[in-house]
Amino acid sequence: MADRTVAGPVLKETNVSDPSDERFEWAVLEEAGDLRLDYNLTVLGPKKFLWPPRQPLVAYRLDDGPHPQPLIAHEPTVLLGVHPCDAMAIATLDAAFAKDIPDPHYLARRADAAIVALDCAAPCHESSFCLDMGSLYPDSGYDVMLTPMGEVLFVEAATDLGRSLVEKAAVRPAAKDDMEARQKFAEEKRSNFHYKLPYELKYLPEVLEQSYDSLVWEAIARRCFSCGSCNTTCPTCYCWDVTDDIADDFSGGVRTRRYDSCQLDPFAEVAGGENFREERWSRLRHRMFRKGKYILEQTGRVGCVGCGRCERACVSHISIKDTYVQIAGTR
Amino acid sequence: MTQTDIHQGAQAESPYVPKMARILSAEQMTETERFFRLEIEDAPLAYEPGQFVGVTVFGTGEAPISICSSPTQGDAFELTVRSVGLVTNKLKEFGEGDRLGIRGPFGNTFPYEEMKGHDVLFVAGGLGLAPTRSLIRYVLDHRGDYGKVTILVGARDPSLLLFRDELKAWTERSDAETLVTVDRPDKAWSGHMGVITRLFAKITMDPAATYAVIVGPPVMFKFTVLEALAEGIPESRIICSLERHMKCGVGKCGHCQIRGTYVCREGPVFTYEQVKRLREGI
Repeated sequence: MADRTVAGPVLKETNVSDPSDERFEWAVLEEAGDLRLDYNLTVLGPKKFLWPPRQPLVAYRLDDGPHPQPLIAHEPTVLLGVHPCDAMAIATLDAAFAKDIPDPHYLARRADAAIVALDCAAPCHESSFCLDMGSLYPDSGYDVMLTPMGEVLFVEAATDLGRSLVEKAAVRPAAKDDMEARQKFAEEKRSNFHYKLPYELKYLPEVLEQSYDSLVWEAIARRCFSCGSCNTTCPTCYCWDVTDDIADDFSGGVRTRRYDSCQLDPFAEVAGGENFREERWSRLRHRMFRKGKYILEQTGRVGCVGCGRCERACVSHISIKDTYVQIAGTR
Repeated sequence: MTQTDIHQGAQAESPYVPKMARILSAEQMTETERFFRLEIEDAPLAYEPGQFVGVTVFGTGEAPISICSSPTQGDAFELTVRSVGLVTNKLKEFGEGDRLGIRGPFGNTFPYEEMKGHDVLFVAGGLGLAPTRSLIRYVLDHRGDYGKVTILVGARDPSLLLFRDELKAWTERSDAETLVTVDRPDKAWSGHMGVITRLFAKITMDPAATYAVIVGPPVMFKFTVLEALAEGIPESRIICSLERHMKCGVGKCGHCQIRGTYVCREGPVFTYEQVKRLREGI
């Protein structure tokens, strides 16, 4: 692991008036001691290391024939301490970028990354509904799963890469006590999380489809400012805009993609000026459908992992969970 | 849930790198529309009627543009570009011998195989003639494979008409009927006037044997579909090409998405039956 950049959750800041109120963020670890596996919430997930907010795609020259070349970064990384929801979100991104025409700019970073997940014993926030979205028990998106059991971590490898990492690490075989503690953790986890949607995940696409013409969208969108914070913080959002940036000496340029947001007014606008999602509520509906239906139908993976980041980032507290509850009971 | 092989895709060729193309000829068709004939430098562009490409002006950016030629016209391909944005305005400065970047072709195609043996009614408004021309040229170059061919073309005023020489040549053909109308005629205009749906009264068709290909601005599409339906053409044989801002062309960036459909992959060609189901299509 020495030849890999290691990123993990670290302390970002503490509340001035309440030192016990700690805020965490995902960052490259400068020192091993900075790692805080007891972290709870981060505004942005580990997605940013696989899907950076700005990613150069193509370099070309402007002096002597463009000779456009792909920019594919190989930066072996370990993401250490990824919560189950974020692992599940990574599996969604994997499927989206591998589908049909693969995107090696994402997939090369992803293939170079080792993902060490860290299980959750209790819900992190009332906005989360990971149990409903099937992401509390992820089926992929990680190489190793760590289960915190007091002073020790229970280590389980999920992939070949995970097994090779575990072999190199200072682990001891699990004893009977460890297995019992692991079992105790599982039981505790099971009793701590509760379902919040009044229906099963498999019905969500149908519930959404039934609600397409509902007045709910206009009602909720009255509170929406179309700021796009929901998209920026979402661990499965991957829409982007692309720009050409020119070197100061005009010797060349780089085509770079960066996060975009379907909530912003010009997102679906075309050159002639038509905007196919001009209404704020139609953009909000599009996001709720994308998260609950379209991505699932396109990739076979959940579009929302129930982490609750969009709700916490929203200045109007628009909740995707509450929306999915509300549409089940409205027409 | 579905499991993904990330390693295979990590080795894939980047779909975002343009190929170099040289401009064989360029012509300012109207004040805002510029025509280009291009050739990819290392290998011909393999495309079919209805597809589009990403055009790169190095140092400025990329814009999605419909191919307006038919593969029956040879190895080169043609584009008609309306100057509305950064890239398309920059293209005004480009002429014969200049080089551009091309990605693609992207998207599906007009169902030109399925249409064989049927009558074809083309209805093209404004810049919609550009993508439609790719199929018109194909059909005229395989004239024997298709039944009756009717071409309706509309523009706001005579100065905005595209492919004027070709329109004249099509009008003179005995194996196709071509009618051109303008909303606002000038003094020199002696042809039809009024919106394009007015031309429906001047033609005859066998709706059960006809495919209608309708491409134009949303308002034109809406009323022309009404005419086609009123004639009795089935929804599955009313074909259109939708305009969206395709930024990546490979179903990732999200800009062209209509509900669950990426127009750049599953479109831009749809039947009215499909468009109706999309709801946000037009």
